[in-house]
Amino acid sequence: MVAEPHKEGAAAFRINGLTKVYGEGQAAVHALRGVDLAIPAGELVVLLGPSGSGKSTLLNIIGGLDRATDGQVHFQDQELTALSDAQLTRYRRDHVGFVFQFYNLMPSLTAHENVELVTEIARNPMAPDEALALVGLHARTDHFPAQLSGGEQQRVAIARAVAKQPTVLFCDEPTGALDSTTGRAVLKVLKDVNERLGATVLIVTHAAATAAMADRVIHFADGAIREVVVNETKLAPEDIEW
Amino acid sequence: MSPLDRKLLRDLWRIKGQAVAIAAVIGVGVLMLVMMTGLVTSLDETRRAYYERYRLADIFAPVTRAPDRLIAELAAIPGVSAAEGRVTGSALIDLPGLDLPLQARAVSLPDFGAPQLNDVYLSAGRRLDSDRSDEILLLQGFAKAHDLLPGDTLSATMNGARRTFRIVGLAQSPEFLYTTAPGELAPDDSRFGVIWMSRTALAAAYDMDGAFNQALLSVGRSGEQAAVLDAVDRILDPHGGLGAYGLEDHESNRFVSEEISGLRAMSSGVPPIFLGVAAFLLYIVVSRMVQAERGQIGLMKAFGYTNVEVGAHYFKLILAIAAGGALAGCLAGIAAGRALIGVYLEFFKFPFLVFQLDPEAFVIGFGVSVLAASAGGLIVLRGVFALTPATAMRPPTPPDYSRAGRIGRSLNRLLDQPSRMVLRRLTRQPGRMAGAVIGIAAGMALSVGMISILSGFDRTLALTFTVIDRSDVTVTFTEAMSEKTILELQRMPGVIEVEPVRIVPAVLRNGLKTYRGAINGLVTEPRLNRAVDQDVVTIPMRQEGVILATALANILDIAPGEMLTVEVREGRQPVLDIPVIGMAETLLGSPAYMELGALNRALREPNRVSGAYLRVDAAHSESVYRQLKDMPTVAGVSLKADARDAFQKLMDTGAGAMRYIMAAIAAIITFGVVYNTARIAYAERARDLASLRVIGFTKGEVAFVLLGELAAVTLVALPLGALLGYYLSFGIAAGFSSDLYQIPAVFTPESYGAAALAVIAAAVASGWLVKRDIDRADLITALKTRE
Repeated sequence: MVAEPHKEGAAAFRINGLTKVYGEGQAAVHALRGVDLAIPAGELVVLLGPSGSGKSTLLNIIGGLDRATDGQVHFQDQELTALSDAQLTRYRRDHVGFVFQFYNLMPSLTAHENVELVTEIARNPMAPDEALALVGLHARTDHFPAQLSGGEQQRVAIARAVAKQPTVLFCDEPTGALDSTTGRAVLKVLKDVNERLGATVLIVTHAAATAAMADRVIHFADGAIREVVVNETKLAPEDIEW
Repeated sequence: MSPLDRKLLRDLWRIKGQAVAIAAVIGVGVLMLVMMTGLVTSLDETRRAYYERYRLADIFAPVTRAPDRLIAELAAIPGVSAAEGRVTGSALIDLPGLDLPLQARAVSLPDFGAPQLNDVYLSAGRRLDSDRSDEILLLQGFAKAHDLLPGDTLSATMNGARRTFRIVGLAQSPEFLYTTAPGELAPDDSRFGVIWMSRTALAAAYDMDGAFNQALLSVGRSGEQAAVLDAVDRILDPHGGLGAYGLEDHESNRFVSEEISGLRAMSSGVPPIFLGVAAFLLYIVVSRMVQAERGQIGLMKAFGYTNVEVGAHYFKLILAIAAGGALAGCLAGIAAGRALIGVYLEFFKFPFLVFQLDPEAFVIGFGVSVLAASAGGLIVLRGVFALTPATAMRPPTPPDYSRAGRIGRSLNRLLDQPSRMVLRRLTRQPGRMAGAVIGIAAGMALSVGMISILSGFDRTLALTFTVIDRSDVTVTFTEAMSEKTILELQRMPGVIEVEPVRIVPAVLRNGLKTYRGAINGLVTEPRLNRAVDQDVVTIPMRQEGVILATALANILDIAPGEMLTVEVREGRQPVLDIPVIGMAETLLGSPAYMELGALNRALREPNRVSGAYLRVDAAHSESVYRQLKDMPTVAGVSLKADARDAFQKLMDTGAGAMRYIMAAIAAIITFGVVYNTARIAYAERARDLASLRVIGFTKGEVAFVLLGELAAVTLVALPLGALLGYYLSFGIAAGFSSDLYQIPAVFTPESYGAAALAVIAAAVASGWLVKRDIDRADLITALKTRE
């Protein structure tokens, strides 16, 4: 099913016939089976679906972390699927922020330094302290990941992802390892980033309730899009039923 | 500082234990290289400076009696920059309390001023007063061995007359760095003395007034030496010239050169083997360490760091460890080199030290360390870079153990789960296991090599002093005597067996290759001092020709069937062509053997002997020594026990002493290899092991899974290491062997057993250290940490 453009302005991503197969022969796993999709710029999009439905694979490919087996992805006017490794690196460096389920902080760097890791190579970063303040962590910037709670670690990861002022922010199960209160706080930060920085935010999750805060919800099943829903009325993250 | 660099520092701190263990292994390899080359360079340079400062002659020309006016003629030879004549003669020193008289050489010094050539270094007392004919300088080493000091008196027999002298000073000389008792190979300070006297006094003693019996010459350029030697011989021949020879054939210098070149051969042969083993280990360790960083590499790439930036980051980490180890190795190598040079200064009796380092050793040490480490790191990084960041960030796919089941289904029934885990890891990750096995095998090989060398030294002594030489006493006559002297010895009470020998000094020549040595004339069926073949079977002496020690044949590049030119340096000095008819296995020295009668016939001096080997009844040995002391024809008596002690000392203080240091270094590397293998295996499996603990395995059961793997790897490595060690031993043995002595690689079940025990001990100690960490591991943290 192909979604109609909902908002005015250019699409952030145009995806055509995107296919991803892991392995070969008998062991081949079809993670994506010819996905067509357009994601408008500036939206907060939630990708929903059970484990193995292909949503993370899609995220990885349009985030420039993985390569497609077939099909095209256009980011703005660039065909991502045609880029070299070096060009993909450039794309991630200049445009993309990532938030992972397991935070993936560098254990040997403090919160502040983890953010710095990204601001150092970004083209137009905000100050690390500003990014940490954005996620409400300005008081704990000198703590190491091991000294932070899960929610705090995830907020550092978000600060790290947004500090470069990314064009798109990809979040893979950002609340997957968190309790409901912390999870809501994290979602609120994501919503703020979407509104204040105007970044396109893609959240992959299997927590259906998250969908209530999205501009657009894409349902995944078996490596294909089953349904795209455009929310006319959105809930604030703090009102989401967990 | 950039956050990546801070990460680097903290990562280094986190893995400090492992980093130090890795750095130590490469450090020790570098240490050895720097130490050995520094030692050799410094000794070489010190010797050169010593020779130069004390103006050691380039050419020595012994002559029977030549008038002083010939010195001007010698000095006028083109290419000669200085010439001087002196008087020298053999003497016997009689010390109270000693049964045997001691051999000595008396050497003249000019009455006024320092000699132009062969000056002495006065270490105590004062120089000679030419007005007093009873004053002498005594060689410091000899004086020290007998507690003699300036002011003491000494009686010596010169030219048949016994006199008492006053020691006014102790001296050292580059000419007498080594003093060897006659007929022996190993130097012994206590049994050979040197006495310096004023020219007038010594000339009077040896009836050399207005004449000299040794000329010393220095040559401007070394290229002219051969021509000068010929000219000197032409001038001195009418006066009984005994053949001029260059410094390279001078006994003391030859010995020092041999020792230094032995050290050099060792420094170029052995450290590279050690460094190679260390470098290989570094490669394995670093590659596995970087493998463990896969997730973080993927993450950095996800942020947009380029391959070059990520590669540089890990390269810095590797560089910090490898360069840190190499630097520590260089510094420790300099310190160890300096300490060793102190020991060798004493051994070589250099009065001062010129300390010099060889920058090449640093460059090689650093280069090899960094290259090995970078190769290990970069090969893995290339593999990780080939993955997409998404794949790199995921934990690696679990290794495929599916095929393992088929191999050992019946075996499985016999094994519990932990044993199956060990077995499957071994069979299904052959690459990693092979790395670990080869690493430990390399450690084992080093141990086998060093232990077989230690046995080789013992074998050399045993073969020489119990198998080849079965006598108790060697007697040397003042000159070649009639065979009747042997009967005289046989009649002595307490003497059980006498075997005559004739040793004739000669220059052995094959084309351009020469060796200044001697021909040993032995009886047809020698019993007390024999030539033996490879299987230690006595070689009977035959009439037709000469039998050469393998080492000598190698120097001369000659084989049985070829003709050897023998330029005799005694009596009429004939030049003989004698066929080589066999090879003898000797580990000490480079002798040439002939049948006594055939030798005498060739010299046209029938029935002559120059010495004898004696077997003596231990109960009567002292009376035998007393009788020998009273025989006027006896120039020297040496006891085999003394000679053996002297050799043992030489091997324990000279180049041979290195074997202990190297054995220690081999042990450190072996332990380092095993410990690192255990540590890495633990790092790779920390998560699995924590999971096992969580589901209810005891600490012991968990440790079994890891240590069982270590044990299995060690067991597989032992035979492989034994095989590698077998081949390695020959390389190390060649490094330790010199013209002076050959060290064979000796393989006994004990040496393999000892090496295996060393490796097993290292494995047990490493296992214990790692088990402590397994027991202490925080389960929650271990499980929460993503790979």
